[in-house]
Amino acid sequence: MALHDERLASNRRGFLKGGIGLLAMTIMPSGLVVGQAWANMPRSTQPQTFATLVQMSRDCYPHPQIEDKFYANAVNILDEAARASAEERDLLESNVAELDRSAQEAHGTRYSEIESEDDRTALLKLIEDGDFFRKVRSNLTVGLYNQKELWPLFGYEGASADKGGYLDRGFNDIDWIS
Amino acid sequence: MPAPFDLNDSNVVVIVGSGAGGGTLGTELAMKGIDVVILEAGARHETWDFINDEWDSFNQLAWKDKRLTSGDWRVAKDFPNLPAWIVKSVGGSTVHWAGASLRFQEHEFKTRTHYGEIADANLLDWPIDLKEMEPWYEKAEYRMGVTRTNGIPGLPGNNNFKVLEAGAKKIGYKEVHTGNMAINSEPRDDRSSCMQIGFCFQGCKSGAKWSTLVAEIPKGEETGHLEVRPECMVLKIEHDASGKVTGVVYADKEGRQHRQKARVVAVAGNSIESPRLLLNSHSSMFPDGMANSSGQVGRNYMRHTTGSVYGVFDKPVHMYRGTTMAGIVRDEARHDPSRGFAGGYEFETLSLGIPFMAAFMMPGDWGKGFASDMEAYRNMAGLWIVGEDMPRADNRITLAEETDENGMPLPNVHFDDHENDTKMREHAYQQGAAIYDAVGAIRTIKTPPYPSTHNLGTNRMSEKAQDGVVNRFGQTHDIPNLFVSDGSQFTTGAAENPTLTIVSLALRQADHIAGRMGRGEL
Repeated sequence: MALHDERLASNRRGFLKGGIGLLAMTIMPSGLVVGQAWANMPRSTQPQTFATLVQMSRDCYPHPQIEDKFYANAVNILDEAARASAEERDLLESNVAELDRSAQEAHGTRYSEIESEDDRTALLKLIEDGDFFRKVRSNLTVGLYNQKELWPLFGYEGASADKGGYLDRGFNDIDWIS
Repeated sequence: MPAPFDLNDSNVVVIVGSGAGGGTLGTELAMKGIDVVILEAGARHETWDFINDEWDSFNQLAWKDKRLTSGDWRVAKDFPNLPAWIVKSVGGSTVHWAGASLRFQEHEFKTRTHYGEIADANLLDWPIDLKEMEPWYEKAEYRMGVTRTNGIPGLPGNNNFKVLEAGAKKIGYKEVHTGNMAINSEPRDDRSSCMQIGFCFQGCKSGAKWSTLVAEIPKGEETGHLEVRPECMVLKIEHDASGKVTGVVYADKEGRQHRQKARVVAVAGNSIESPRLLLNSHSSMFPDGMANSSGQVGRNYMRHTTGSVYGVFDKPVHMYRGTTMAGIVRDEARHDPSRGFAGGYEFETLSLGIPFMAAFMMPGDWGKGFASDMEAYRNMAGLWIVGEDMPRADNRITLAEETDENGMPLPNVHFDDHENDTKMREHAYQQGAAIYDAVGAIRTIKTPPYPSTHNLGTNRMSEKAQDGVVNRFGQTHDIPNLFVSDGSQFTTGAAENPTLTIVSLALRQADHIAGRMGRGEL
């Protein structure tokens, strides 16, 4: 996937100031979402809501080596759905507000400001069976892990037919097993 | 050249589906000089169209039409509208399959005899046996170019296989090798040898893997006796007052309906669509659906007892490099009730790319544990369990209230795991983990079953008409010119990947149909 929007800042405070790309998407029968097309469009959710969704996405699948912008790319899929549907937008806004309320009660601050990952995760545990959490989490299955730029971080090389496969490129190069 | 046949040509054999069963049957009949129309629901994507990208390829090839699920199987929870991971494209699931081509074992044709009465299972002996199938297996293996048969060398083992092999041998397994694969290990049948691309599931881009798309249908078309009509979804089979089949009604890609007349109809739409079509072909003469006097149409749905084990090591494996199913351990495929279950299972290497690992490794899971498993991807080796599951009368395909865009009721796939399935899976998880532990795995991940790739049994073969839907030749007990030609014929599932048996049965059925037509019996 080409990430055209170079204005995306890499920290979660910074990206709020930049414009953010849009993922065109397809909903799969399994409920999974796929898609790659980008264009510049304004956000639908409130900036703070968006930021909370990004933090929540990171907490679902915490990879320290992955920059915030990749989680933001995934959240953009939700944001686009919210743009098309007031109901979707309200679902995100109200549930993020609810999450922030429980964060306030437990830790005296909004969710994205809670310092400890374990504390944030504990709040997510409380809502993991709900539709809102499921939506945010399942969106990441494709929204995060199908970003080709991330594959090298996992050691996955992607398409190989155009390179002649792995016949001469290490299909049997393991050297630590006998 | 492909031969376009007229809708009113009532001399043609109409085959529904172009996969392992339908594509093979249609080609073989055409080569015998019989006119055939294959109606394929999917579009035609050729080798050069295939995409080395898991989701993009899934979008191109997979059967994504909505299906419903019920029952206690985990797939119904994880993928409620995607019970099966099969193909809607010319070539059917032979475009997607990994190529493992194993013969059934002798006892697997006679499970009721060998396993005895098993509570809550609907076991039945096949009306045929291994001896009868052997010449057809031989013919199929030659045709498909199966490695380790006909003097064809085995494929070289990739990294994933080397880990499996070392671990398996360390814990005492003996029958460990790179499999009997319908993938060219050397150029053969005008197709090249394997380039170790690693995208077997996404349609082989080198053409080394046998499929009806690349290795059968073109040969059939060359005879002038075969027409493959893509994007034609068959909705109903029709019959005359005598109860004989007269043709089918199908919808083209614009949704326009057509009636193709037929001398013989063979249903080969895989084990969900085939019974769906028969059930939907009800009439005043056949109120419970066509060929369903036994009430067995749609029942005894089997999907193999499956699961995956991934071993995580402290050094790289790069399991995705090379053939997806790169090797096998066969020692547990025997029937040995001392293990606590009937029937057996195979271990076969398997790998997924990062996008599919995210979706299938542990559906619904999240948090640090999942993330760190994903981060271990380069150091992972993986295997798939494929074992015999129990046929059960209530594991079945039924028609739902909800309809598709053509007004055809959606299929509901109901499946409850049998205790035997669960015990076998647990045994296989343990043994699979032991394989990787033996060569230093840091940890192992036990992945639940993926959406079903081996869908079997829903129009099963039986000696007696009251026990099943088709006879020993796949001919329906009720209607002489209606046949079933896919894995839905399977009386029981065996431990082996089904394609070789489907192809062998199709070749045998072609011989039978041609013989009967020649004698004026059809």
